[in-house]
Amino acid sequence: MTTGGSTTTVAQARLSGQAVTLRYGEREIVKDLSVDIPTGRITVIVGANACGKSTLLRGLARLLAPASGAVYLDGKDIHSLPTKAVAAKLGILPQSPAAPDGIRVVDLVARGRYPHQGWFRQLGPGDDAAVARALVVTDTVELASRSVDELSGGQRQRVWIAMTLAQGTDLLLLDEPTTFLDVSHQVDVLDLLTDLNRQEGKTIVIVLHDLNLACRYADHLIAMRSGAVVAAGDASEIVTEELVTTVFGIRARVVPDPVSGTPMVVPIGRYHADASAEPAVTP
Amino acid sequence: MSTSSMSTSAATVRPGPAPASGDMSAAARARSAAELDAAARAAVVRARRVRDARQVGVILTLAALCFCVLCVSLSLGEVKIPVLDVVRTLIGADEGGDGYIVTSIRLPRALTGVLAGAAFGMSGAIFQALLRNPLASPDVIGITDGASAAAVIAIVGFGLGGYPVSVVAFVGALVTATIMYLLAWRRGVTGYRLVLIGIAVGAMLSSVISYVMTISKVYEARQALGWLTGSLNAKSWDTVRPLGLALAVLVPLVLLSGRRLAVLRAGDDVARALGVTVERSRLALLLLGVALTAVATAAVGPVAFVAFTSGPIARRLVVDGEAAILPAALVGALVMTTSDLIGQHAIPSIDFPVGVVTAIIGAPYLLWLLAATNRTGRGG
Repeated sequence: MTTGGSTTTVAQARLSGQAVTLRYGEREIVKDLSVDIPTGRITVIVGANACGKSTLLRGLARLLAPASGAVYLDGKDIHSLPTKAVAAKLGILPQSPAAPDGIRVVDLVARGRYPHQGWFRQLGPGDDAAVARALVVTDTVELASRSVDELSGGQRQRVWIAMTLAQGTDLLLLDEPTTFLDVSHQVDVLDLLTDLNRQEGKTIVIVLHDLNLACRYADHLIAMRSGAVVAAGDASEIVTEELVTTVFGIRARVVPDPVSGTPMVVPIGRYHADASAEPAVTP
Repeated sequence: MSTSSMSTSAATVRPGPAPASGDMSAAARARSAAELDAAARAAVVRARRVRDARQVGVILTLAALCFCVLCVSLSLGEVKIPVLDVVRTLIGADEGGDGYIVTSIRLPRALTGVLAGAAFGMSGAIFQALLRNPLASPDVIGITDGASAAAVIAIVGFGLGGYPVSVVAFVGALVTATIMYLLAWRRGVTGYRLVLIGIAVGAMLSSVISYVMTISKVYEARQALGWLTGSLNAKSWDTVRPLGLALAVLVPLVLLSGRRLAVLRAGDDVARALGVTVERSRLALLLLGVALTAVATAAVGPVAFVAFTSGPIARRLVVDGEAAILPAALVGALVMTTSDLIGQHAIPSIDFPVGVVTAIIGAPYLLWLLAATNRTGRGG
């Protein structure tokens, strides 16, 4: 990982939100929030449950229209663009999607080609290549003609990522892609996304639960609380014990990750903590 | 492709900057990556060919079966006409004689069956795919009940018969569907909600039908019950023409929307992510589905279970996971014509309405479906 000394300039953000307010009915989840997604980097959004991080992602991906403010894609209000044109630039994998009963892996992945099809144009060689590439990258070639129903959770998640990749977009948004996966598959998925970022220059935004993996994989970290951004920037600069307390409401020690050198958050509960574990600051 | 790949691939170490691939030369790595790409592409092309071939095969087979049943049903009756003569008449090469019986008497009935069956089948498949629920066919969620209630009121309350009843039934189906859609609307319509509201609306309409029947005179009641059963009796070209015209408009529109439907089946968020205007597309497809059911019901009455069974049968025939709209239409036509053939000729001297036969076939399927979905825990 090379996050250490990098500076998080957001000079050219293809995707940004300005004073965005997002609501479900009357319930206001995200209020007056502005955010820039640095192009060509991995942005990870973290926060406690119900802090609005998934909602923000849905807003950025135009799955949810803002009550006020606007999301801009390449300088244009995303809701003023034809949704199919947006889908050719920006892919989002929603949280725990449901595949149609009995669908084969290859057919589900091929659905990702929808934005590139017209009213009459059938799937062609270009689409085959994109689908094949997505299968290779996600290591799901040997699953191609299997039914999605019979896959394990980890395999299924890779297939959904393959569908999103088949879309062939430069911007890739993923809502908790590691949920329900064991730790090896979590690392697999995050490594895969890093590959895509490093090798193909894709801009990636991930909502993650695991703060330590977030710190390790993020070029740019966004910490949210109650629908607002508390801190944004390089993980090693912004992740402090105070921030963890503010964002997650727990005391914690922050030490260097022995593997990556990025910040590692060690929570302190009411038990099992000896005196030396007391954090430098108390809430 | 074996079951073992499930466990092995879970432990697969992905190629990458791992030590294992470190000693491979760059050229070898590039070659193996290219080979992997080629193999993947071959697999994708093969999978697509399998799907397309299966689809075409299923469609041609069903169409051929439909034609066979059609010919047999045209040849049977008080005057037996050899099947070959029937075919000759159909392709316009008959030498007089029995041609009149085929084209003027039997053909309208048979064609009405084919067209109405296809409309029911297609409509059912659209609803089931759109609402992601095998129970969500228009005859289960109360849309045909709307047509029935309107028709019964027209027959009993206003003494109407024939063509006006069809028009009233058509309008009844549309109005019922609109009311259901509005009741189900909560910042968008979800499948499950629409199904539950549909079943409730259907139950209310059934009680309306029952009440109207209790206050009817015997003659009207008989006529109304005949309509409620659904029948192809006494269908003439006057039925075929409007039905055929409606399908000529609706079917191409449905087939054009097929790809949207395929994407919608992956859920609203995924569909929206892929650039489908979800609410608009769903409303358009629902409208097409309602219109298909409405014209078919107006023509032949609420023939039971054709819409309900055609989609699932068709989906089992094609490669799994497809919505199978066109195959469902053909299955509907086949179920309808075969049922009518059975109803007319299975027991000599008794002429069962087609709706009785389809109900006898369909009801056990409904029971099986309910049992099967409960077993797998996918009741919704």
